[in-house]
Amino acid sequence: MLNISNLHVSYGGIRALQGISLNVEEGKIIALLGANGAGKSTTLRTIMGIVKPDQGSIDFEGESLLGLKSFQVVMKGIALVPEGRRVFSNLTVKENLSLGAYTRKDKEKIKADIEEIYELFPRLEERHTQSAGTLSGGEQQMLALGRALMSKPRLLMIDEPSLGLAPVLSQDVLSKLVELNQKRNQTVLLIEQNARAALSIADYAYILETGQIKLEGPASELATNDDVRKTYLGIH
Amino acid sequence: MTFDSFFQNLANGISLGSLYALIAIGYTMVYGILRLINFAHGDLVMLGSYFAFYGVSMFFLPWWAAFIFAVGVTAGVGVVMEKVAYRPLREFPRINLFTAAVAVSFLLENLAIVIFGGRPKAFSRPPFMDKMLNIGSITFVSYTPIIIAVSLVLFVGLILIINHTKAGTAMRALSKDIETTGLMGVNTNKTIMFAFLLGSCLAAVGGILWAIKFPQINPLMGVMPGLKAFVAAVLGGIGNVGGAMIGGLLLGIVEIMLVAFFPSLSGYRDAFSFAILILLLLFRPTGIMGEVQPEKV
Ligand SMILES: Nc1ncnc2c1ncn2[C@@H]1O[C@H](COP(=O)(O)OP(=O)(O)OP(=O)(O)O)[C@@H](O)[C@H]1O
Ligand SMILES: [Mg+2]
Repeated sequence: MLNISNLHVSYGGIRALQGISLNVEEGKIIALLGANGAGKSTTLRTIMGIVKPDQGSIDFEGESLLGLKSFQVVMKGIALVPEGRRVFSNLTVKENLSLGAYTRKDKEKIKADIEEIYELFPRLEERHTQSAGTLSGGEQQMLALGRALMSKPRLLMIDEPSLGLAPVLSQDVLSKLVELNQKRNQTVLLIEQNARAALSIADYAYILETGQIKLEGPASELATNDDVRKTYLGIH
Repeated sequence: MTFDSFFQNLANGISLGSLYALIAIGYTMVYGILRLINFAHGDLVMLGSYFAFYGVSMFFLPWWAAFIFAVGVTAGVGVVMEKVAYRPLREFPRINLFTAAVAVSFLLENLAIVIFGGRPKAFSRPPFMDKMLNIGSITFVSYTPIIIAVSLVLFVGLILIINHTKAGTAMRALSKDIETTGLMGVNTNKTIMFAFLLGSCLAAVGGILWAIKFPQINPLMGVMPGLKAFVAAVLGGIGNVGGAMIGGLLLGIVEIMLVAFFPSLSGYRDAFSFAILILLLLFRPTGIMGEVQPEKV
């Protein structure tokens, strides 16, 4: 579905990505793991057209995404829940969700989809006229996820959903992803600090280290790999 | 002061204030989105009145067609200004953008001097705007209620656009976070252009109405209304459209009332506006409706 090959990205002189290649297969949950500064967010931001790569290719369903602006990438069927949630604090919960459907024209269906998001996250319905800035961190994460789903993405990318959330809450968010994946066959590319949690829900995982793919494999295999256990799972 | 003259002054203050508000909206929308004080915005006021003037005197258009023509061409100038001067600088520090705005302002003023001529021109009002009206014992010229009514319609229209349309929601989102607005599938360049278009249209209407109220136009006529409107935008809370309307009206009313109650102070009218600004900023730095806005990075 998504094929990235030999991707190089730099910020000024800093080489954030040094030739990474990865594949996302339809219907799967793919995890992208790695320490702070490894280049995880950069990968997703490059896919969305926010950052321009120096070299390499990004293809989605056979079409190149290079040179597209964010809004065009969204129209191709990809949505990103950005790091730190970034809900629009000056808009209401409902307006945030509607904005997520900006590229769509089917008004009736959009209404129904907002109801569906409310079913998935009942807390959002209770607060639908409230401004998003008044939500708690966990509620904002649900809103950011709901907002991204409103564009009906074929590929959903999430950057550290559990950032700043209590363990119970981040478990909640991850189980929603599993639910989406199982019920709607939602393809997910997930960045997660909590490697253990991520490997437990993912089908396949990549481990980034200073801009390069250090390891990759089926999540269950990585979870038992000695290096991974030492470095990322804290097991000796 | 008699009851009658109080009402006359009030009407006068509201009409002047409406003009400030019309112009202030463009400042505040652009600031809200780009954190740019568009120094050249006042010059769009001047262009609006000149294009209307030439629409009538050179192209012999009926007044209403000349006004539509003027609003359209001014909006075009506003959109080109954004595209050519500001868009390429958006990723650079704000000071570069501001410098570009100052440059655009000088460019427009000097072009106007060269093309339109430096000498003031007499702007003739459409006849129906020049009638004396008597309501009870209060007398005023017909342009006063017309200015107020036109402004009111535009304020309501703008508020509806901003709060109840997709493009309006996208504009509000842009003012918080441009990058994330793009992630929603919004074509951010197009939406920023739309904001410039709206602001320029309102500035052009403000300019035409200004020329109807003070029927003499010159290439630097946009400077003072522009500055006052900027004060109004800051008074109301820069970045806040409702605030710009309130700030404009307040400034207009206070200015006129000051002169009405203390005729001897009339020479200090402009200084007074800026004094209000300084005082307000001391006590309420964010303006009347403003909230603290983080610097955009
Ligand atoms: N806008 C930027 N300007 C300059 N350097 C940047 C920028 N964004 C990221 N970097 C650098 O690029 C490298 C990769 O950053 P990135 O944000 O992709 O890491 P990450 O894996 O998402 O880390 P984290 O887990 O902390 O979010 C880092 O060295 C970072 O300092
Ligand atoms: Mg990151």
